[in-house]
Amino acid sequence: MILSILVLVIILYGLYKHIDIYNKFIEGSKESYKMILNLFPTLLGMMLSINILVKSGLLDYIFNLIKIKFLPNEIIPLMILRPISGSSTLSILSNIINSNGPDSYVSVLASIMQGSTDTTIYILTVYFGSVGIKKIRYALYNGLLADIGAFIISIIAVNLFYRLLF
Amino acid sequence: MLDIIFGIFIVSGIIFSIITGNNNMSNIILASGTDTLETIIKLFPLLALWLGIMNIAESSGLLNYLTKLLNPILKLLFKNIPKDSKALEYISSNMVMTMFGLGNAATPFGLKAMKELKNISKSDKASDDMITFMILNTTGFTLIPTTVLSLRTTSSNPSIIIPICILVSILSLLLGIIINLIMRRINK
Repeated sequence: MILSILVLVIILYGLYKHIDIYNKFIEGSKESYKMILNLFPTLLGMMLSINILVKSGLLDYIFNLIKIKFLPNEIIPLMILRPISGSSTLSILSNIINSNGPDSYVSVLASIMQGSTDTTIYILTVYFGSVGIKKIRYALYNGLLADIGAFIISIIAVNLFYRLLF
Repeated sequence: MLDIIFGIFIVSGIIFSIITGNNNMSNIILASGTDTLETIIKLFPLLALWLGIMNIAESSGLLNYLTKLLNPILKLLFKNIPKDSKALEYISSNMVMTMFGLGNAATPFGLKAMKELKNISKSDKASDDMITFMILNTTGFTLIPTTVLSLRTTSSNPSIIIPICILVSILSLLLGIIINLIMRRINK
């Protein structure tokens, strides 16, 4: 609903300002060609490496070996995969909720972690890839540190508020 | 850095699959092209659509108007962008769309913003402004986390997590910005 109102407002305002809306639309739309052209190979490279890593089972093997004391076991794959692959993380979250019920501590913690972060590596690839930037300097470190920070904040927040709300 | 990650992922993944006798690896490699294409097929039409609509908003001056709302905050973060550049318009539009959960509309604005930032920096390397903008995006500040909510339908109170989510999102956004400002200083 919000979306249609947004489009309505944009078109109405364009008509009000006597803009040639159809031609402007086409002009803008054509910019997508170059972006997609730049993007496809970059995205392909990233998905190739991620699919190989995730589907080889290597990560599952490693996760079985890692256990952190104050964190539920199922959270660890979620935290590590969150910056790497949104779809893997979503299926992990789905499993956690199905096995533990949506209102359990694990599920709430996992949901908050999922809802307050995003797929860092994917976003970096798409945004930088679309304009052909290859040297990202400290962007990745910054992003990953921010994700770790978000996880820590999530753990603290859920620990504080869980008993209040559930 | 992405080079190294790329290499490590592929090498360790393939070696592991050889050790475990996973015969599926060749298929996985071959399927990666079609996997990517699926993502591109979803992205391309949305991109073409929104870039078109957005061009109308831009030409009519609507984006300019919207930017004025977010200007005070953005000017603090993005000191180096010249006043007449459209980058600030696109950045504010991208942020507003993300906040309202319109991720599909937000991305094209974001890509346009990157393009403008590249025009300003005229370089093949990521500029400080680009990285700051990236952090704003990767900390993922949405008022309504729709995907998570859709998984919580079996709960007696699915939307109860929303306030905590918003709180954590804002805090991690702030944290991300603080880390960014520090790293900007270090990397001068």
